[in-house]
Amino acid sequence: MISVRKLWKEYDGQVVLENLNLEVGDHEFVTVVGASGCGKTTFLRMLLGEEQPTRGEFLIDGQPLPDEPGPDRGIVFQRYSVFPHLTVLQNVLLGLEFERAPLLGRLFGARRAEAVEKAEAMLQAVGLYEARHKFPSALSGGMQQRLSIAQSIVKQPKILLLDEPFGALDPGISADMHRLILRLWDEHKMTIFMITHDLKDTRLLVFDKTRLDMQAPEAYGATITYDIPLHVTTPALLRELNEAKTRTERFADVVAVGG
Amino acid sequence: MRRLINQRPNGVSAPLLGALPFILLLLVYIVASQARLAENPNDKLLPGLDSLVSAIQQVATEPDKRSGALILWRDTAASLVRLGTGVAISALAALLFGIATGALPYARATLSPFIAALALIPPLAILPVLFIVFGLGETSKIVLIVFGIAPFIMRDVAMRVGELPGEQIIKAQTLGANSWQLILRVITPQILPRLLDAVRLALGAAWLFLIAAEAIAAEDGLGYRIFLVRRYLAMDLILPYVAWITLLAFLTDWLLRVANAKLFPWYQGGARRS
Repeated sequence: MISVRKLWKEYDGQVVLENLNLEVGDHEFVTVVGASGCGKTTFLRMLLGEEQPTRGEFLIDGQPLPDEPGPDRGIVFQRYSVFPHLTVLQNVLLGLEFERAPLLGRLFGARRAEAVEKAEAMLQAVGLYEARHKFPSALSGGMQQRLSIAQSIVKQPKILLLDEPFGALDPGISADMHRLILRLWDEHKMTIFMITHDLKDTRLLVFDKTRLDMQAPEAYGATITYDIPLHVTTPALLRELNEAKTRTERFADVVAVGG
Repeated sequence: MRRLINQRPNGVSAPLLGALPFILLLLVYIVASQARLAENPNDKLLPGLDSLVSAIQQVATEPDKRSGALILWRDTAASLVRLGTGVAISALAALLFGIATGALPYARATLSPFIAALALIPPLAILPVLFIVFGLGETSKIVLIVFGIAPFIMRDVAMRVGELPGEQIIKAQTLGANSWQLILRVITPQILPRLLDAVRLALGAAWLFLIAAEAIAAEDGLGYRIFLVRRYLAMDLILPYVAWITLLAFLTDWLLRVANAKLFPWYQGGARRS
């Protein structure tokens, strides 16, 4: 359960996010969209623990977010998130080795065999088993992203963050990847936040600036302007849509200054 | 007719073109040497090829009258041991301090200004200090090499650590790595091939400091020999020694390059992609 209350994020007087309010339950799939520079990535970095909110609360299960990245929140970046010096199998093993070998970061003998079994099962699930002894540089972009996903999920994180994970892939592969993510989401019961440009059947958060001062563009930040349950396909959809609209309508009368 | 920038030498002509300047230099030398020798058969400045060859034969195969050693091999061994020790110590220090300053902000804040200042001191300017402190033996020569190249390699390593994508460091933390595991499994293995590259670049400077130290105070070594026989204007020995040093420098560089490709097969592929 993630709750965000009256959250603001500023850098040196530049407001990036303002007055963010959000509740996300366990095992939700949340898609975040918005123009570039609207603070989606800042939001993600706060979830990771790389950035701290300037004001307001960011809680996971009622506890403030840790102030550094940790194994309960996995991440898949658009690129560079696999380790080029490790083979596919070693990349997936790494998370298990960190957990079970604090001093050497390496497992040996029976304990390694056990971890290898788990890692290989994970590679089967993402279709990379045949490529397990290759280095990432020998993989295509889509395979590298699948590896990065496998690497994160083997740690069983409560939350998985995807930062434009398919942004650099062509559309056909991107659709395959989307199906893979949905399947893994279903199997592993985690909460997913995905920053993307594709809209699929998920809960959708739109980030945008509701106020704009042409003389001082940095004075106002973005906030969540729409919170749309695209996955709801019953009459409840209309009701939810209307509610979301009412929630954001308070901004309708805010006229852009100078705009 | 294609543009000049689009015309490439083929597999046969490229090595031939590469050999051309060497052949030209050799020809110029032979012609000049013959011209001078024709005027004065005792000329020592540009000895003929035959006297170069006989000088090499003498130092490589005939025991020295005074010490009974084969001078060329003794000089080579002495110099390579100094160079190897100095470079190995520098590389190890660079790995430790470079990774510490590159990965740990507190180590960076503490040590970076100091290392930057060390790197600015001209090593040859403190050579007398080294001779006074460490004596005229091997230690002072090795310390000069370390002093000359270690700060450079340290800063290079620290920079390479900084160049590792931030995404990787974050990812490792989300996989549960602590700082030590991160350094051990993510940073160090990726820095090693880059360290070898930095060592290759530093080798030229290492040779410079080695020969400078040997020239001033030594009992053997390639630099020592060159500066010793200079007194007798023995170009017939100096020139082959210079060529031999050049060949050794080329071979060490080549060995490091091959070692890098063999030990870190992922490195070249990764470098091309990123």
